[in-house]
Parts: sequence; C-alpha cells; structure tokens
Amino acid sequence: MNALPASSRFTETPAVRRKLRQEALAKWIFCAMAAAMVVPLLLIVGYLVVRAAPSLNLEFLLEVPKRGMTEGGIWPALIGTLYLVFISLAVSAPIGILAAVYLNEYARDNWFNRVINLAVINLAGVPSIVHALFGLGAFVYAARFGYSIISASLTLAIMTLPVIIASTREALASVPRSFREACWNVGATRWQTIKAIVLPNSISGILTGVILQVSRAAGETAPVMFTGVVFFKSVERGDLLPYYLNEQCMALSMHLYTISTQVPGVQPSIPFATAVVLLALVVIVNATAISLRVYLRSRKKW
Amino acid sequence: MSDLPDHSITARDVNLWYGKFQALRDVTLNIKHGLITSLIGPSGCGKTTLLRCFNRVNERYGYVTTKGEIHLLGKNIYDPDVSLIELRKSVGMVFQRPNPLPLSIYENVVFGLRVHAEGEALRRSALDEAVEKALTEVNLWHDLKDRLDHKAIGLQLEQQQKLCIARLLPLKPEIILMDEPCSALDVEGTAAIEELMFSLKGRYTLVIVTHNMAQARRASDECIFMLLGKMIEHSRTEDLFLAPSDPKTAEYIEGRYG
Ligand SMILES: Nc1ncnc2c1ncn2[C@@H]1O[C@H](COP(=O)(O)OP(=O)(O)O)[C@@H](O)[C@H]1O
Ligand SMILES: [Mg+2]
Repeated sequence: MNALPASSRFTETPAVRRKLRQEALAKWIFCAMAAAMVVPLLLIVGYLVVRAAPSLNLEFLLEVPKRGMTEGGIWPALIGTLYLVFISLAVSAPIGILAAVYLNEYARDNWFNRVINLAVINLAGVPSIVHALFGLGAFVYAARFGYSIISASLTLAIMTLPVIIASTREALASVPRSFREACWNVGATRWQTIKAIVLPNSISGILTGVILQVSRAAGETAPVMFTGVVFFKSVERGDLLPYYLNEQCMALSMHLYTISTQVPGVQPSIPFATAVVLLALVVIVNATAISLRVYLRSRKKW
Repeated sequence: MSDLPDHSITARDVNLWYGKFQALRDVTLNIKHGLITSLIGPSGCGKTTLLRCFNRVNERYGYVTTKGEIHLLGKNIYDPDVSLIELRKSVGMVFQRPNPLPLSIYENVVFGLRVHAEGEALRRSALDEAVEKALTEVNLWHDLKDRLDHKAIGLQLEQQQKLCIARLLPLKPEIILMDEPCSALDVEGTAAIEELMFSLKGRYTLVIVTHNMAQARRASDECIFMLLGKMIEHSRTEDLFLAPSDPKTAEYIEGRYG
C-alpha cells in the first residue's frame, strides 16, 4: 500500500520541517516575553543604585534630615515606617487569621457567610486612596484619634486585612481534607482539629501571606498621608522610640515624595538613596518570607 | 429500646438526600454483633453513604438530609441527646486511602486519647501502654517499636492502613467501619489487612465496604448487596454467593454489571 522505499520511511518531510520552524519561532517569542520581565527590573534597580551611590552608607540611615531636608539622612522616616508597618500588622494579622479560620473551617454556605465573603473580596479591590479617605473619616475624626500613628496604622490594617484573609484561607484550604476527616472520625471537635492539625500544617503559608503585606504597608503613601504622616518631624539621631502613638510621624514613602517634588535644592543622590532603602526593605522582607516558606515546607511531607 | 441484643446496628427506613439527590432509599437492616459484614454493590450505589450514616459523618456536608432511625447497640443515634463526639468515639472509621495524620507514629496512635481523655489517662506511662497495646493488636509493634517518633507519613501504605486501624483502638470502639480498606494496597497488603480483620472480629463489630466480590466472599460472615440506594439482599455470605434469592444479586455476582 506504500510505495516509499524502506530507507526513506520516518524521515523529515517538508511539512514536518515547517512545523518545526513554527515550533522554534513560538518558543522564542514566549521566551523573549518572559525575559522582557527581567529587563525593567534590572534597569530600575541599576539606575537607582547608581544614582544613589554617593549617599549609600550607614550614616544615611541613622542621620536625621538637615538644612530643610536638603541634606542628612532618613532616620525619622525609616523608624516611622517601621512603626506603621508593625502596628498595622499587629492589628490586621490576628484579626485576618482568625476570620479566615472561621470562614474556612466553620462557616456553612448560608447568606451571612456569603455576605462576609463578598465583603472581603470587594474590600480587597478598594483603591488605597479610598481607604485613605475612609481612615480620615473613621479614625481621625469619628474615633477622635486625630492625625496620629494610630490612625495611620489602623487605616493600613484595614487595607491589608482582606489580602491576609484571602492568603490565609488559601493556606488553610491546602491542608488535605483527609486529615480533617481522620480527626472528625475519632470525635475531635473542629477546634481540636484546627489546633492539632490544620494550623500546624498551614502556618508557613499563613506567615508568608502576612509577611508579604509588610511590603504593601511600607510602600503605600496615600493612606498614611491622609491620616497621620507628616513631611517633617524633629527626632534625635538613631533614637529607637522617637514617637508616641498619638503623634504624627514621618514615613519613607511620603518622605520620598516630599524630597523629590516639594523641596527645592535637595542633594541629588538623596531621593534615589531613599528609594533604594525602601526597595531594599521590601526585598529583604520578601526574601525572609520566601526562605521561611521554603524552610517550613521542607519540614513537612505528605 | 433495643431489639435483638445480638444486633450492633439496626437501621429502619433510612433515607438520605444530598441536596435533592436521593442516595439511600428505605434501607432497613440488622448487622450482627461481633461479625464481619460486607457491603457490596456497583459503584455509586450508596455503600459509602450508608457507612458514613453509622457515625453521622455525612452531616459535615451542610446539604445532607437524613430520615429514619439507626440504632447502635440499642440507642437511636439520631436522637437529639446524642453527642456526635461520643458517638464517633465508639464508632471508628477507616478509609480507602490510608490517612495517617502528619504527626509521629506515636502521636497518631494516642491522638484519640488526647482528644477525649483527661488527667490520669494522659500520663506518659498510660499513653505508652496504649500505644504498645494498639500496635500489638494490629501486628505493627514488632516492626515499629524502635521508631515511634518517626513521621507516620513515611510508612508503607500497608503499615499506614494498619496504623489507621490502631489509631481507633485506644478509644475502645464497639464498631469499626471500613470503606474499601484494601483498594490502595497490593496483594500482600490486602492479605495482611484481611488477616487483621479476622483477628479483630468478635471483639469489635466490623462493617466493610468492598467492590471486590472475592474479598467479600473470603473475608466476611454476612454480606449485604445494594443497588441504586436500596438494600437488595442481606444474608450469610455463603448463601448470598451460592444461592442469591434476588435475581439482581445473582446478575451482579455473575458479573453482568458493576
Ligand atoms: N458528598 C456528596 N455530594 C453529593 N452527592 C454525593 C456525595 N457523595 C456521594 N454522592 C452521590 O451519592 C451516590 C452514592 O455515593 P456513594 O455512597 O459514594 O457510593 P459508593 O460508595 O457505593 O460508590 C452517588 O451517586 C454519588 O454521586
Ligand atoms: Mg465508595
């Protein structure tokens, strides 16, 4: 039925060659697009570091801004950001994690829980400037916290809460159902199941989700600018506890905005160095999250 | 109100719905104390569902409705005063895929005690004793006694399944339900679990679901055949296989469908 001589069977035909060419082309296009992701990152980081180089030293971190913020360091802003991030997560992490445990482990499918779910999803989509306005109304005026670290932190907490809930739920849902069934079948209550099995096996995912919110809280400008961050505050060099919680503070994101656009005659390397510090903060935090996850994952196996 | 005292489980007109889908229809049966009873039938006929009624685990899905009565050792488990925690303590369940908890072997065995017992019963010596007793009962003590602190997940499947059975024993269950306990195991594993079932028989009432008719025939004293959510036939295993009284049973065991 086949007239081809045996020696030329299974060899490449023109049609095969055309398909291979298309295959190669497709692969290169996809690869190039993936590689294109790296380029802007390298450009941004490289550009920032080069421009920032003259100011990058420990002194810059510990020193306070001088001469109308045109010289000096960023200590008050750095410590202010740490305050805001720490307090906001101290509020949103416990609430978010407990809420997620309820939603994932206890909640039945009824209208009340559907409303909660809907609220969480929508809250995650609210733009940060809207959170800022809400924080201004709710914490600064209604709750009478005034323009203060407390108001700003609570605003950031509300902003990070839905994402923490979502990531925690994901972590909880990744614990296999069979473990839960094994527990129920020896008569463990839900709480015993959660305590003994679910939380220990999802803690890595939960922590990662929370830590990733650090970078968001540290980077946002609008929510804190409206509620408790000022562009200058006088602070001792290297002082670890410079602020009271009912006071306003400085923050890196706002400081960067101020010295880049509002103050004339700033030493040119200072805004770039501030950006590098902000970026480094985020990278360090993310790296911590990733290594924590890798470490905790390596200890569990199923 | 117990009827015949030698019945561990009596079900009266049990109907069960998953949402609108009816999975069990008027199931009425008496399962004898201390025997191995197997549930057979084509897949989807409701064997697992029926088994899960006996410790009310089905109710964990919010959309399940159950009607009828199930008496375990004389008590209707659907009575309002029944505590699910106490019920599940005396009705243990073993699953198709072995599901040891992600803990050490030791902690797996004492998990039930940690969940239920208080004070004295949680002393180290009491726990040690319970572990040795339970693992001896499932023939694992000899192999595992030197590595009780190892992760249970690392065991072979057969050992995992035995461990899952051992996990139930410290709670002194009266009934052990097994849902296709051998379907993830090889021939030797299956033989080992069957042997274990024989050795547990008498002290515990065993109900096993199996899709393997040869296993039902080898390993059970009584056999229940189900089809489309109904119980078709319940009799001694030899009788069911040699002289089925219902033509549908006869067709199933001849392999006409399944
Ligand atoms: N959780 C569930 N939700 C909805 N339907 C289910 C659920 N579990 C089982 N069913 C349905 O109930 C019927 C009986 O299932 P099952 O008891 O698992 O059968 P078997 O164990 O005999 O194979 C099947 O038709 C199945 O699709
Ligand atoms: Mg089944």
